[in-house]
Amino acid sequence: MPRRTDISSILVIGSGPIVIGQACEFDYSGTQACQVLREEGYKVILINSNPATIMTDPTTADVTYIEPLDPDVVTDIIRKERPDALLPTLGGQTALNLTMELVRRGVLEELGVEVIGAKPEAIATAEDREQFKAAMADIGLEVPRSGFAHSVAEAVVIAQEIGYPIIIRPSYILGGAGTGIAADAEQLVVLAGEGIAASPVREILVERSIAGWKEYELEVMRDRNDNCVIVCSIENFDPMGVHTGDSITVAPAQTLSDVEYQEMRDDAFAVLRRVGVETGGSNVQFAVNPENGERLVIEMNPRVSRSSALASKATGFPIAKIAARLAVGYTLDEIPNDITRATPASFEPVIDYVVTKIPRWAFEKLPGAEAILGTRMQSVGEVMAIGRTFPESLQKALRSLEQSWLGFGGDHPYSEFIEGMDDATAERLLLRAGIGAPDRLFVLHALLRAGVSSERVVAATRIDPWFVDQLQIIVDAEIEIASTDLATWDRRTWRRIKQLGFSDTQIASIVNSTRKDIAQLREAQGVLPTFKTVDTCAAEFDATTPYHYSTWEDDSEVVTSPKDRVIILGSGPNRIGQGIEFDYCCVHASLALRADGYETVMVNCNPETVSTDYTTSDRLYFEPLTSEDLDNIIRAEQAACVDGAVVKGVIVSLGGQTPLKLAGGLDPALILGTPVASIDQAEDRKQWSAICDELGIAQPPGNTATTLEEARAVAQVVGYPVLVRPSYVLGGRAMEIVYDDDSLKRVMTGLLSAHGALAREGGVSADRPVLIDRFLEDAVEVDVDALRDATGDSYIAGVMEHVEEAGVHSGDSACALPPQNLSPAIIEEIRNSARRLAERLSVVGLLNVQFAVKDEELFVLEANPRASRTVPFVAKATGVPLAAIAARVMLGTTLADLRAEGILPADTPEPTYVSVKEAVLPFNRFPGVDTILGPEMRSTGEVMGIGESFGIAFAKAQLASGLRLPDSGQVFLSLADRDKAAGLKLARQLRELGFTLAATIGTADFLRSNDVAVETLVSKVGLRDVAHDAVELIGSDQVQLVVNTPSGRGARADGAKIRSACMTHNVPCLTTMAAGLAAARGIADTRAQGWRVTSLQELHS
Amino acid sequence: MKRQPAVLVLKDGTTFEGYAAGYQPESGISTGEFVFNTALSGYQEVITDPSYAGQVIAFTYPHIGNYGVTPIDDEAIRPWCAGVVARDFTDVPSNWRSEESIEAMLIRHQVPAIVGIDTRRLTRHLRNFGALPGAFGTAPVAAIEAAARVAVGTDGTDYVSRVSTPTAFTRGDGDLHIVAFDYGIKTTMVNQLVDRFRVTVVPSSTSADEVRALRPDGVFLSNGPGDPAALPKEIAVVNSLLGEVPIFGICLGHQLLSSALGGSTYKLPFGHHGSNHPVKDLTTSRVEITAQNHNYAVTPDSLQRAVVTHVNLNDGVIEGVASAAERCFSVQYHPEAGPGPHDARYLFDRFETLLRHGTMEVA
Repeated sequence: MPRRTDISSILVIGSGPIVIGQACEFDYSGTQACQVLREEGYKVILINSNPATIMTDPTTADVTYIEPLDPDVVTDIIRKERPDALLPTLGGQTALNLTMELVRRGVLEELGVEVIGAKPEAIATAEDREQFKAAMADIGLEVPRSGFAHSVAEAVVIAQEIGYPIIIRPSYILGGAGTGIAADAEQLVVLAGEGIAASPVREILVERSIAGWKEYELEVMRDRNDNCVIVCSIENFDPMGVHTGDSITVAPAQTLSDVEYQEMRDDAFAVLRRVGVETGGSNVQFAVNPENGERLVIEMNPRVSRSSALASKATGFPIAKIAARLAVGYTLDEIPNDITRATPASFEPVIDYVVTKIPRWAFEKLPGAEAILGTRMQSVGEVMAIGRTFPESLQKALRSLEQSWLGFGGDHPYSEFIEGMDDATAERLLLRAGIGAPDRLFVLHALLRAGVSSERVVAATRIDPWFVDQLQIIVDAEIEIASTDLATWDRRTWRRIKQLGFSDTQIASIVNSTRKDIAQLREAQGVLPTFKTVDTCAAEFDATTPYHYSTWEDDSEVVTSPKDRVIILGSGPNRIGQGIEFDYCCVHASLALRADGYETVMVNCNPETVSTDYTTSDRLYFEPLTSEDLDNIIRAEQAACVDGAVVKGVIVSLGGQTPLKLAGGLDPALILGTPVASIDQAEDRKQWSAICDELGIAQPPGNTATTLEEARAVAQVVGYPVLVRPSYVLGGRAMEIVYDDDSLKRVMTGLLSAHGALAREGGVSADRPVLIDRFLEDAVEVDVDALRDATGDSYIAGVMEHVEEAGVHSGDSACALPPQNLSPAIIEEIRNSARRLAERLSVVGLLNVQFAVKDEELFVLEANPRASRTVPFVAKATGVPLAAIAARVMLGTTLADLRAEGILPADTPEPTYVSVKEAVLPFNRFPGVDTILGPEMRSTGEVMGIGESFGIAFAKAQLASGLRLPDSGQVFLSLADRDKAAGLKLARQLRELGFTLAATIGTADFLRSNDVAVETLVSKVGLRDVAHDAVELIGSDQVQLVVNTPSGRGARADGAKIRSACMTHNVPCLTTMAAGLAAARGIADTRAQGWRVTSLQELHS
Repeated sequence: MKRQPAVLVLKDGTTFEGYAAGYQPESGISTGEFVFNTALSGYQEVITDPSYAGQVIAFTYPHIGNYGVTPIDDEAIRPWCAGVVARDFTDVPSNWRSEESIEAMLIRHQVPAIVGIDTRRLTRHLRNFGALPGAFGTAPVAAIEAAARVAVGTDGTDYVSRVSTPTAFTRGDGDLHIVAFDYGIKTTMVNQLVDRFRVTVVPSSTSADEVRALRPDGVFLSNGPGDPAALPKEIAVVNSLLGEVPIFGICLGHQLLSSALGGSTYKLPFGHHGSNHPVKDLTTSRVEITAQNHNYAVTPDSLQRAVVTHVNLNDGVIEGVASAAERCFSVQYHPEAGPGPHDARYLFDRFETLLRHGTMEVA
């Protein structure tokens, strides 16, 4: 039966900002869904607050709302658009929760909106712990048994029913304090006592411990005829106990016999049927006891997920696309398989390779967070690699991480223990390896390389012996490489070693040679890389979709073509500072160049992204972004050119720092757009200063240093405070504001140490010195994105004024477009300077410049001749597709051509509305980390608020980021001395708005002496002598907003406790005066004007 | 594990390099007809499936042997295949059910193997040129090439009589009695029948009168190796029993039943070998994911006395037929699922319904 004709418009809810646990996989799935639904002729209405997504491009949906994902706002949109149906299963947990709230409020029923994909009852059954447990009992499936206890005696009774070992988790405790595993009643009594004491509500969860069991996940699709298929099975390398998002995972399942697998498959279908997922994709997680095969259901998600994105990329089966079609009434057998075109989607993909996913964490950016993995996901991104075998895919994944690891082995924090490891050290490391941690693989390497037996490793870690044996195979090969003469190797030997995933660079590092020499030896034996195809069917049918991975086999499958091609380098794993914004740029480049008649070739290793959707480009290479892997791809593409076609070049400037780092190793003639020399000029301190001097653009005074002495000398000259930052890093990595000599010593020591902050990023050297500049206190920071073409024509795409003052990383700061407080003269000077810098740096494509304005004086902070994080925001705020334009400009199209086409306006549009970008920070995942903002970027994502005034746009952006500004109640002010003057202004505005005030004694004295009433006096934390304790006040529901600005230097302990209390009790907390003032405007404007929802199509029409 | 270099040569001269594994014959040469199987798990069941008699099985999934082998999963008392091709054999299997490694099992049963092969290239070659005979081993390349040139396929060869049980045996204690022809019957198939019936498994050469003497309530025709056209006697026996007693056939049994019903068979270019084939049950419109292992199929439009009940959604191949008048039905694929999905086990229930009530749902 064809699609449903009784509905014609569908509301799709996106997943909002990138946060830990919800990243660009939902842009991938949402974009696919929107495209498919439009192809089917439905009108698609989309809401998502994240501007950096492809799904919020005005061309993806018919009507696009970049508005907060809030039930009130969505209700307004539903009232305005009156969609027939709502599809909630493609926007992660956010969309599911929002939909359930709309159901509870009766909005959907009232307005006649049908929920498609998953019915509310099914969502409730899957999401509610108790309902799910009962549902599983109905169909005879086991879940881990558990119960809540409020006393030790109660805990003992529950434990007796469940059986040991038992895991104790105190309720309402962040960070796992008081959690423990009891092997018997004696241990339970102790742990239960501690746990109950640790819990603020004196409650513990007593659960059967399945730590160390094997963990599996099945991706299931079901249609309305009850046809079910498994798209992919996934086995975790890390046993139960580590969140699956933080686990290394492998597809397909490796250690399940067919008998066990088929039973698990039956169970998964039974779960879907019982929960009631009528159409679409779901995942079901299982734990399996390695001793006897006992199987428990852990959970199921009635929606597409991170793992379904992984499964789609791992198999070539586009789950989201199919799920969207199923939701509108198709059955699986009516949908063709994209890849074979000849066969239907009602089959189960088989693969003839192994896929490994490794998460990437950001603990180095979050001092105070312990790098231990547990049941709460902490990774910020992931890589996937495809190899013919597990060792090959694992080693490829490790080098895809971009953490300087060449594979399994090489130089890592545990390599020093290998030589002569004694038993005590081995025991210590085995203990370490038993704990899930980001560096566990390297502990395992050190142990195996030192000769500790696989059996001991298995016993200590409970990692499956099959995986440990595969690691042993890699280690044995490493020993073989190190101990034999490579010059004597024949073809079979080279092939065997390369097939285990060793890169030439890695082999070179083992034998102290160079990549070039290794390549020569290898090629002399005729061993060359080959590219195989991902085709859903293990070559059983002819595949039409060119989705490739490299391996070392007999033949290659890259098809020749007579079209000129452009290679686009993606941005690798998401990390703080480099995320979806760059993927957005790469995708736009690919689409624009395809439309221009080029064949586009995407290279990337991030499974979450739209760029690694095999339909985005003409060819996709799912490969690590390293020089060596890239060279192989370029050669393969050149070999596939026929009839005079050529590889026009490589786009390195749209994927963030990752491709830029590779630019130096490429033939300069292949670099498209801005030449590499310009990138170096902008990055190299001396050349950059010379350029600024030449152009007469002021810079904050500063210099470079490679030692502490040099650093001191620079600080002496320019005067404190100084901004200290390494070169060639993104996201303000290890950047700090330093106020005195002592702090300078601490910071420099950290930067210079061998295993310090920069150890994995190349350290500090004459080529990569530390930059030390005068820090401009209280300056306004400004970001500019500009375009320049090869003829020298330029276009200022957008000038953004930061809300937070200079010193807060631009990625963590809110910003407004157009600028709100800059004089026309300064704006003109900014535009002018940006144009001149673009000209001087011979930019062809995008340029981002950061300025600081202090007392009407303009300073340039840095220029980056590449796509910046703000490109998608500017594109959405002005309606100009910057990234697409940049890509075309790099291939020779002029801005004049683009103006003539009507794609580029004559001059920068002056919007009649204000757009505010706000950063979203991951602090709720890391309870030990202070939430104040600084020069090191820590946000994971961003949202956009659009409004008639700055206040409204800011308030919307706050709500979208999860912070609801109050309309009444009490505001608690705790201000640093230097903020008190501005604080007075804020306090007066708040009083005018009708808020009562609470303030710390110092702040209150100051306010009262200026005739501002303060209702509640707050004393220092822990001292209740004269007034309320700050933390208790926040916990008592008497405060609706906190403005706490940290003092510039010295003790921040009290502030940290206040901020932490806000996090615990979910009280909005602003940490800069600028944000406080912006919030006051937001509250005032909201009250005066109210909010309206406006689609991008309305704004840009 | 240190392995000896080996080569694989197909009849058309295509050569692959690998390493010798499993049993190594003194001659250093093994031959057979090369087919591929795309199942991600279930290698033991595939290797021990008698339908593979005379064939060399190339697994498309690279890691074979990960979870070891256990006698419980054997589909026959010994493998009948002529060899195994894999990208990689696991030395250290891991699973609580495992009792030995795949290597040990192959050596025990004298099944030769070759690993380190670019099995994707081999599969694409077989896909393009059809199942091909060939040779592999550690002998000098010229010797392997010579053996490959003269290697023969399974066309026209009767493998059934080699793999069938020499004597009849009975299992189960159901109230209904089934006679199951063993053309190369899989253990899982026997088990599925035994769950429902008393089953007498008889040699493939059993005559119709011998069957009648057992007074069965129904007759079951099993899977088996090779070309159905090479089995005229078996077809005649089925023909003679048609209409007298309800019949259910699987795989080769389906081809024999179809032939008895007047149909003809043909050889598919590279067969269906895997656990992921979508089959539509035309009586219910449901799609089932099925395990398949066949090189021959029933020719469309050749059936006069039966209707098509199931089709393969990938290529339209007939996957099931039935005749209400003759009280018989059969499927080309493997509803017993060993290995493979359990989606089609309802067919055994359908057989029971046919025996008890004389009815079946036929489109």
